[in-house]
Amino acid sequence: MTTHTGPANALSDCLTMIGRSIRLSRRQVDTLLMSILLPLLMMALFVYVFGGAINTGTGYLNYVVPGIILLCSGYGAASTAMSVAQDMSSGMIDRLRSLPIRVFAVLNGHVVASVARNAVSTAVVIGAAVAMGFRPGAGLDDWLLSIGLLLVYVLALSWLAAGLGTVARSVESASALSFFMLFLPYLSSAFVPVQTMPSFLRGISENQPITPVIETIRGLLTGTPIGDNGWIALVWCVGLLVVSFAIATWLYRRRTRS
Amino acid sequence: MIVEVNGLRKAYGGKVVLAGIDLAVPEGSVCALLGPNGAGKTTTVRILTTLTRPDAGKVLVAGHDVVREPGKVRAGISLTGQHAAVDDQQTGRENLVMVGRLMHLGRAGARRQAADLLERFDLTDAMDRRVQTYSGGMRRRLDLAMSLIAAPRVIFLDEPTTGLDPASRTTMWDAIKDLVRTGTTILLTTQYLEEADRLADQIVLIDNGQVAARGTADALKAQVGGHRLDLTFDSTGALTQAMDLLGGLSDATVLSVPSDGSAEHLRQVLNTLYTNGIHVVSASSHRPTLDDVFLSITETTARQGVPA
Repeated sequence: MTTHTGPANALSDCLTMIGRSIRLSRRQVDTLLMSILLPLLMMALFVYVFGGAINTGTGYLNYVVPGIILLCSGYGAASTAMSVAQDMSSGMIDRLRSLPIRVFAVLNGHVVASVARNAVSTAVVIGAAVAMGFRPGAGLDDWLLSIGLLLVYVLALSWLAAGLGTVARSVESASALSFFMLFLPYLSSAFVPVQTMPSFLRGISENQPITPVIETIRGLLTGTPIGDNGWIALVWCVGLLVVSFAIATWLYRRRTRS
Repeated sequence: MIVEVNGLRKAYGGKVVLAGIDLAVPEGSVCALLGPNGAGKTTTVRILTTLTRPDAGKVLVAGHDVVREPGKVRAGISLTGQHAAVDDQQTGRENLVMVGRLMHLGRAGARRQAADLLERFDLTDAMDRRVQTYSGGMRRRLDLAMSLIAAPRVIFLDEPTTGLDPASRTTMWDAIKDLVRTGTTILLTTQYLEEADRLADQIVLIDNGQVAARGTADALKAQVGGHRLDLTFDSTGALTQAMDLLGGLSDATVLSVPSDGSAEHLRQVLNTLYTNGIHVVSASSHRPTLDDVFLSITETTARQGVPA
């Protein structure tokens, strides 16, 4: 009889589930294309259509690229909610639940696939930005820091989305629930400086997690002042990650154990 | 007993779903939980497969308590639910290998098992197609194959043929019978009497969250009564005359009389009719079906009501 506990099996379970989620993502061509194409279109829209009218003090392309990267991470992470909801609403979850594997492995598979999707779409967005004339002055260390922060940010959003997918009654409602993730970047300094917003909106955008993350990435890549934003961004992202992870795994246990 | 259930109870928000179920399934046998929709069959299976917690009662599956040692129970069982639990966007082979890896057979072991099962369930031609393109019957077979990957000791099949066409249903029944030959214990739920009659060693009739009857198909049939003899006449006059002589119940031109199923009784009946000059067109002997059992028992419980 095989034994089913122990760290070696836990790791192998996680890898199997990651492989599955990545395969599923790769085959959902429409979702995958959407999460890459939409940010590209948004970038073209903001740079070529609105860009001329938005005065940010630097070339608008340099200003907007960090925002587009975050927007794109939001799309990629939000679809995690849908893939988790898909599992929950099909019989698949009962099969996975009746296997001798850890709770963590199933959700983790979806989250890691989400990070992988985002890595691809972020690389595409950066490539396109460079083609459009984005010339970041960042050195290797700045890039590594940016990638590190983005990674924590995407992980946090993906776990949050996984939690939403767990409580959603259907794939459609998961998509609706995750809508705010796509909306938050618009209420930040992603596209326009917060100083240009009416005061009540400014209050929201200055105190939500996306603005410090964007300011940090922007500072690292294009050399704008970062100030305290770096720490604030890190605290937000790590905090969100810890809370989302705890809530998602708790909800998953609860939903599958009643 | 590989499955042992005593006094199993479950309520959802005050609504009693299971009002004290007892089960005992010997290793290597097939037990069918038979009952109408909402009788509590699926809830029972979900508790036995550790997916749902019981409110009260003791449940031992494959030697372990489902509440205290769910992990050990899971290692010895598999579940095929009402909705085929397969990934549409993976191929049949990928689905099987994935479950094999999750059952810790190792890469090579999982591949070998997958190939065997694809062959056994007649899915080899379709193994590299996405499940999306499979028919309903193929999906169920793949689902069952996935349940067998780690050679579980007990297999739970929740309505394995619901929604299948007759041909796919027969294929599925053959697959289940093959499993029984390998010595696997099977606990299945069904709404189809024919299915229980064909597959099960023990039938447990569940109605309103309680065991209404249990036994082999034959024992249950005997419980409703013996055989019945149907006599068809060519006129109502003949039928009325025959009824005066033999009793029984009439329906248009058919008279049904109770019988013990013996040739001797049939001969006596036909002789009586012959000596009285009553012409009978045809005579046929019937054993009670599980339908009769089912109806008689569920009607009784409906009349008596169930204590909460």
